[in-house]
Amino acid sequence: MATLKVPVTAIDHIQGDARAPVVLVEYGDYECPHCGRAHPIVRRVQKHFGKRLAFVFRNFPLNESHPNAEAAAETAEFAGAHDRFWEMHDALFENQDSLGLPFLLELAESLKLSSAELEQALTDDQYTPRVKEDFMGGVRSGVNGTPTFFINGLRHDGSFEFEDLVTAIEDAAG
Amino acid sequence: MAELLQAGTPAPDFTLHVTPDQKLSLTELRGRPVILAFYPADWSPVCGDQMGLYNEILPEFQKHNAELMGISVDGVWCHSQFATERHLHFPLLADFEPKGDVAKKYGAYREGDGFCERALFVIDSKGMISWSYRSPVGVNPGADGILQALECLAKK
Repeated sequence: MATLKVPVTAIDHIQGDARAPVVLVEYGDYECPHCGRAHPIVRRVQKHFGKRLAFVFRNFPLNESHPNAEAAAETAEFAGAHDRFWEMHDALFENQDSLGLPFLLELAESLKLSSAELEQALTDDQYTPRVKEDFMGGVRSGVNGTPTFFINGLRHDGSFEFEDLVTAIEDAAG
Repeated sequence: MAELLQAGTPAPDFTLHVTPDQKLSLTELRGRPVILAFYPADWSPVCGDQMGLYNEILPEFQKHNAELMGISVDGVWCHSQFATERHLHFPLLADFEPKGDVAKKYGAYREGDGFCERALFVIDSKGMISWSYRSPVGVNPGADGILQALECLAKK
């Protein structure tokens, strides 16, 4: 059974309390259509469990298949550095088909972040190491495609349909 | 089900087409670790993801000086189209004629189905199998096992 090798820490982007009975970790790619489909499902699952569930998102961009995935991940990290990670996260998934540079810069502006600063950060590869660290931690943990979910540290090999995720999370909560 | 060759067994040699006009023998790769990834078919969804994932992790394999090769019963032209479309940066070997001959030698052939198992082998620089793993056909095995095996080799 594949297990999460990188524990959830303060460095992670987390919604909810890390001490919640269940912690759901997703390794995802902003340009991956499956992740895009999973996005609203995860939102529903979070709503369903409320405070009993914490959600963590980590980057796993498949750059060979998705040319904009790396820049999108770095844009989310840039927003995260300015405490706007989740707004950017949602915006990226809701606009998967237009993740080219002009749109990423536009998104930054819409969140009142400096597009010039974002462009510079992307040029300087400022957030590349962070994204790479997420990616390699995922590889070590047995991430085998996107999205891959871990529920309390165990890889969820079932589907990510709402009912399946809810059942798996209930089982983990005991 | 055929028995997968296990660690400590010499890796059976083979010579297979890697492009329409090029052949590759396992013995040519002595002196460096080799990762052999048997998979069922070029265009089925899980294999695509598996080969796509390995494509992304290639730099990590290269840190160990390891050579990754995918292998299935698909023919060279099929492989070349698949590799082009998925931008794969590692060779795909065609275990095409006699069909599945190499997979059979490694215990990685599914007789009833007529294609390879989803099986991984890490072969050391002397041509000895140092790790092998068979995944259920529908499950992408990821790369964590391969990386661990390469790290074990590096420590020896």
